[in-house]
Amino acid sequence: MDAFTAIIDALPYILKGTAVTAGIVIGAMVLGLIAGIPMAVGQVYGNRPVRFMVGVYVWFFRGVPVLVLLFLVYFGVFGFIEIKLRSGYGIYINFSPFMAACLVMGMVSAAYQSQIFRGAIQALPQGQLKAASALGMSDSMAIRTIILPQALRIAIPAWSNEFSIVLKDSAVAFVLGTTEIMARTHFVASRTYQHLPLYLLAGVLYFILTWMGVKALLKLEHKVRIPGYSN
Amino acid sequence: MDWDFYGQHLIPALNDGLWISILLILPSATGGLALGILTGTIRTFGPPWLKRIGNFYAGIFRGTPLVVQLFILYFGLPNIGIYLSPYAAAVTGFILCSGAYQSEYIRGGLSAIKRGQLMAAKSLGFSSTGSIFWIVLPQAMRRALPGCGNEIIYLIKYSSLAYIITCIEITGQARDVATTYFRFTESFFVAGLYYLALVSIAGIALGKLEKKLYIPGFGKQH
Amino acid sequence: MNNNVATVLQITDIHKVLGGKEILRGVSMTVDKGELKILIGPSGGGKSTLLQCINFLLPPDQGRIFLDGSEVHFHKKAELYRYRQQVGMIFQDFNLFDHLNALDNVSIALRKVKKIHKAEAGDRAYHELERVGLSDKTDLYPAELSGGQKQRVSIARALAMDPKVILLDEPTSALDPELIGEVLRVIVDLARSGMTMIMATHQIGYVKSLTNEILFMENGRIIEHGPPEKLLSADADTRCRGFCEMLKDLVREP
Ligand SMILES: Nc1ncnc2c1ncn2[C@@H]1O[C@H](COP(=O)(O)OP(=O)(O)O)[C@@H](O)[C@H]1O
Ligand SMILES: [Mg+2]
Repeated sequence: MDAFTAIIDALPYILKGTAVTAGIVIGAMVLGLIAGIPMAVGQVYGNRPVRFMVGVYVWFFRGVPVLVLLFLVYFGVFGFIEIKLRSGYGIYINFSPFMAACLVMGMVSAAYQSQIFRGAIQALPQGQLKAASALGMSDSMAIRTIILPQALRIAIPAWSNEFSIVLKDSAVAFVLGTTEIMARTHFVASRTYQHLPLYLLAGVLYFILTWMGVKALLKLEHKVRIPGYSN
Repeated sequence: MDWDFYGQHLIPALNDGLWISILLILPSATGGLALGILTGTIRTFGPPWLKRIGNFYAGIFRGTPLVVQLFILYFGLPNIGIYLSPYAAAVTGFILCSGAYQSEYIRGGLSAIKRGQLMAAKSLGFSSTGSIFWIVLPQAMRRALPGCGNEIIYLIKYSSLAYIITCIEITGQARDVATTYFRFTESFFVAGLYYLALVSIAGIALGKLEKKLYIPGFGKQH
Repeated sequence: MNNNVATVLQITDIHKVLGGKEILRGVSMTVDKGELKILIGPSGGGKSTLLQCINFLLPPDQGRIFLDGSEVHFHKKAELYRYRQQVGMIFQDFNLFDHLNALDNVSIALRKVKKIHKAEAGDRAYHELERVGLSDKTDLYPAELSGGQKQRVSIARALAMDPKVILLDEPTSALDPELIGEVLRVIVDLARSGMTMIMATHQIGYVKSLTNEILFMENGRIIEHGPPEKLLSADADTRCRGFCEMLKDLVREP
């Protein structure tokens, strides 16, 4: 089989993996956002124990490779929970590799996103919070209605960068046997022995996905832009 | 707790893996930085055609996953008759990928230097090489340092991907021990701590270096 | 050429095209030893371009430059570097080297260009900083200095090279009004001590008693020149006087 036929034959099968890849990335980014924002607020405005705990979380999840965390969570923690539930309560559940990938990449991204938002909050002028308090707002209301809407806008370029990192990291999830782009490519390649053209194809797919995502986020950035915010 | 498992099996295996990891990280970090300085300089000051090649290289390697790059080097190249050992493929992939990211920071550092700095140097009688060596580089390196250091930290973590092209370092050893003794949580958790230690040591060293080179007006205050 | 021994710098018929536009259209002047020449004129008239051409930071398209009677061949690298060591340059936006403290800013060219020993270069640099009133700021970096202090360091940096002539391109126009005085005082002292200088400036009042020739530049040409009492006298019907009157209305001079 030549390279061209290999690509044509494999393309529909590999393209189906795009949806899985997109699922992992969106799941991870949303989880990272939901967890990252409160962590950022905690690190800027929280008391010492809160700041300490966020600091430890960030240190751990930015220091351990995604691959090791995938193995740890999927084979270690998930396996342990499955066995306990089965032997203890007779409950049979099966965590999927997809869930493990979303969870792990989401937890890692939460660590990075929290630092993005922290930077954005700290980049705001001090007077913003003071002005809100002077209007009689509570701290939490001021953070929700004044600080975060501004900080989230400032954070979009860095968030877009984080997105492209998560997208590329999602390729690692194939080690668990998720059916995303990389796993499917690997599967076809090891049958047809057309490794080079197929992995190049995978590279092109990731390149296009990154490009599309970044473009979309750039659109968002322009859409929510407020006059006076240059970045 | 079952100390024998840790003392007899896990820790010795991870220590073996640690050496391989270090043998992966050191040449990759140095090679990546060197390649990044070269490419970054070309992308800033080079002639247009060379700039285009540099931008193309950086765009490709920053736009695709490192896993794909490693697979192309290890599984793909044999299709055209090039066989690399797992170690050689890993180091090559790490250098090429890291070089692309480093070139971005170097380029940023170089283009942050104001034109007036060169004008002032020339007006004092500095030669072109003299002004690059004494004025441009000391400033560019300081501006690029935080980014370059961060990239080295990323590289330490990504060195774990060598496992998937069968270069057995910390992650590979942990996986072996985990499947042999059916102890997944402990094995991978301790492996994680090894990486955490490497990353933290590198982070402290880079922080020290930044502090040592700190000058008012460059980078963050310490 | 004029063989007057007192002539330090002579430039003849300088032309320069930038971006397809002729910015300098035949500029000539002769600067004698100890003279302060004042270059004024509307913004965009070509003053900065001229000063940069004199130092070959922009190579002139046409024209010749003589230092102490001998022509400068700027295509010869060694000769160009030697020439630039003898011609000091002060920029509007200072251009101090951001990674060096005040002392090293002044001494680096002594060490790396003139190859003077570190200790000796340091002594010389300290002496020059003392001369501009900054002996207590030697360890500070540009980011820690005020605009006026930065400009004084850059003057010290130029002086340390023992230049035969100093070119000053609007040395005070990037400064806050309250900082202009400290820099102008240093320049006045230099003029009084006999330093040869060409200065582009709008702060005409302060230096008009020290100059014997004002050059009024517009559209790439020197269209009027002469002593200030001639160009600026109340009954003079000159472009220069009109321009200076307008400046006076706009800014209060120190
Ligand atoms: N690199 C350049 N390319 C094109 N035009 C330039 C360049 N530098 C300066 N100019 C133009 O040359 C003219 C003279 O500028 P300049 O010498 O700075 O005047 P001045 O210092 O008298 O204000 C201006 O119209 C300016 O726009
Ligand atoms: Mg000007």
